[in-house]
Amino acid sequence: MISMRARLFLILLVATGALWLSAILWIQHSTRAEVERVLDARLSEAGRMVSSLISDHRVDVAQAAVMVQPEPFTEPADYVHQLSCQIWALDGTLVGQSGSAPEQPLTQGDAGFSQSIVDGVEWRVYSVVNEDLGVRVMIGDSMRVRDRLVNDVTAGLLLPAALIIPLLAGLIWIGVGRGLVPLDRMAQALAARPATDLSPLPDAPVPREIRPMTAALNGLFRRVSAAREHERSFTAFAAHELKTPLAGLKTQAQIAAMAPDEATRRTALARLERGVNRTDRMVRQLLDMATVEAEAESREHPPVSLAGVIAEVADDLAPLAQGRAQHIVQDAGAGCPLLTGNRFLVSAALRNLIENALQASPDGQEVRVSLRHEGAAWVCAVQDRGPGIAAADRARVTDRFYRGAGTQADGSGLGLAIVAAAMERIGGTLRLAPREGGGEMAELVLPDTAFRAA
Amino acid sequence: MRLLIVEDDEMLRDGLSVGLRLAGFTTDAVATCADADAALESGGFDGMVLDLMLPDGSGLDVLGRLRARGSRLPVLLLTARDRSPDRVTGLDAGADDYLGKPFDLPELAARLRAILRRGEGRAAGLMEWNGLSLDLSRMEGRIAGRELRFSRREFTILQALMERPGTILGKPALEERLYGWQEDVESNTVEVHVHNLRAKLGASFIETVRGVGYRLAGAP
Repeated sequence: MISMRARLFLILLVATGALWLSAILWIQHSTRAEVERVLDARLSEAGRMVSSLISDHRVDVAQAAVMVQPEPFTEPADYVHQLSCQIWALDGTLVGQSGSAPEQPLTQGDAGFSQSIVDGVEWRVYSVVNEDLGVRVMIGDSMRVRDRLVNDVTAGLLLPAALIIPLLAGLIWIGVGRGLVPLDRMAQALAARPATDLSPLPDAPVPREIRPMTAALNGLFRRVSAAREHERSFTAFAAHELKTPLAGLKTQAQIAAMAPDEATRRTALARLERGVNRTDRMVRQLLDMATVEAEAESREHPPVSLAGVIAEVADDLAPLAQGRAQHIVQDAGAGCPLLTGNRFLVSAALRNLIENALQASPDGQEVRVSLRHEGAAWVCAVQDRGPGIAAADRARVTDRFYRGAGTQADGSGLGLAIVAAAMERIGGTLRLAPREGGGEMAELVLPDTAFRAA
Repeated sequence: MRLLIVEDDEMLRDGLSVGLRLAGFTTDAVATCADADAALESGGFDGMVLDLMLPDGSGLDVLGRLRARGSRLPVLLLTARDRSPDRVTGLDAGADDYLGKPFDLPELAARLRAILRRGEGRAAGLMEWNGLSLDLSRMEGRIAGRELRFSRREFTILQALMERPGTILGKPALEERLYGWQEDVESNTVEVHVHNLRAKLGASFIETVRGVGYRLAGAP
């Protein structure tokens, strides 16, 4: 990519040159037309004048032809000797001619204007036929004279152009440079910035053309800064959320090591195991969160049955359910659709919902997963008989790491955040509502665009 | 020494309670700012282990309210945010010490003993009275060249008496030192432990002030 300055310079120079050139061509053309018109008028005038002179019989043409010694033809050096005149008898003998005329007839053409080449010289000729005297009068004008006239005018235009265009080029080069100074200034200000400085560009007055760019840059800075802040707070939260269970694990391990009695040791070990499971889930959720946020929805996915995805997730979580004598009841319904949307996002959302439901449900209870068509969407509902979400927490349960004051301590506060993020990616929504008869009902509303008719 | 533990993570809260009890402390544990405020209002604690990120607010607010009431209770902050600026904020907010997660239980116990004895105006880790020196970190005593071992509760009573020699401690005060909220107070444990202590230290080491309580003999 060539520099903006060189680019502007070339554009301006070529445009100016082209304009100049076309002006010259135009002037040359119009000058030629004018010269032709004026000189042709003179030719015909001269022709008719000679014809009328000899018609008077005051000039004896035959006599004149003897008296006037023909001068050898010479190239007209300047604008003198412009016209040549020949008078021919209609039978083809030369009656008379002017000094600058060639030996041969100026034209073989009929009366009126014609063009011919005689002895390598191009002539513009006007001939008049005088029937009474039986002669033909030919007045010729060398084309070279006409060309010279036009060329002189053109040269008069080209010479100043040749002098002025380099001057103009210099002025354009300097002018473009001056015009681009605000851009240079902005580039310098940006180049001098440390990577951490995402503050808006200084509010100094800038030209209108640059304003959209500064605005766009400031917008970008704002977005990058927000993304960075988001990242930072996520990392801080993640660090906290991981370090706390680690601290718990370490403490329990140390208690097991120093326990004075078997009961204390065994309790500590049992808690240790539970803690490892919980931390494992937390790490998996953190990875899920990162994956869900990075997952693009645009790709085409091979279609899978949504009921199949539900069954797979339920299978995965079966050990968790069995541990507490719970079971997952699947009610996929008829006409189960084929999912063409991102399967990972749907199964990550489902997994977290069912896991939450199992955790919230009392021992021995069932968690129901059902599927139904609703308007232009498929709704996958996960229902439990747990305590439900406290009214005060409803607005914030999908915030990352938010754990309601009333929830049991086992959650990471990431599960519903993952579900919400996954739904946002897929264009669906998460609905949370108290279940009739106690418990919570979480619904994934999946848009029809994520499906293909079965 | 009775500690209030404020930590929302159940496993860690339990670990702290059990672990610090093994280290000779009496512990009570709560999970939220509101519960912590209520517990501190009711009093009876010698120190507090405070987590910073709690479900209903920041531990720093609990600390702020505590200091605003003029309390000098020794407080150790326990948090995953342990970068230098976080430590500075915590200490300047009135904390006595700061420990990042994860931590070592023995180190936590040692730091707690350190801030607690500073609170009592002692610098050494040993308490001495009438020839008995008490090693708080090892829960052991030494008298006339003899090593003495105590049960956790015996040690707690002995330590309470030695912290303020001469002060008479009633049975309720000693029971408060012995039991957290979860534990049921048995009717005559204090008497049993004092009896056991006298057997180890000599009958005249602890004096009974009839109808009031106990104190160390020979106190002014």
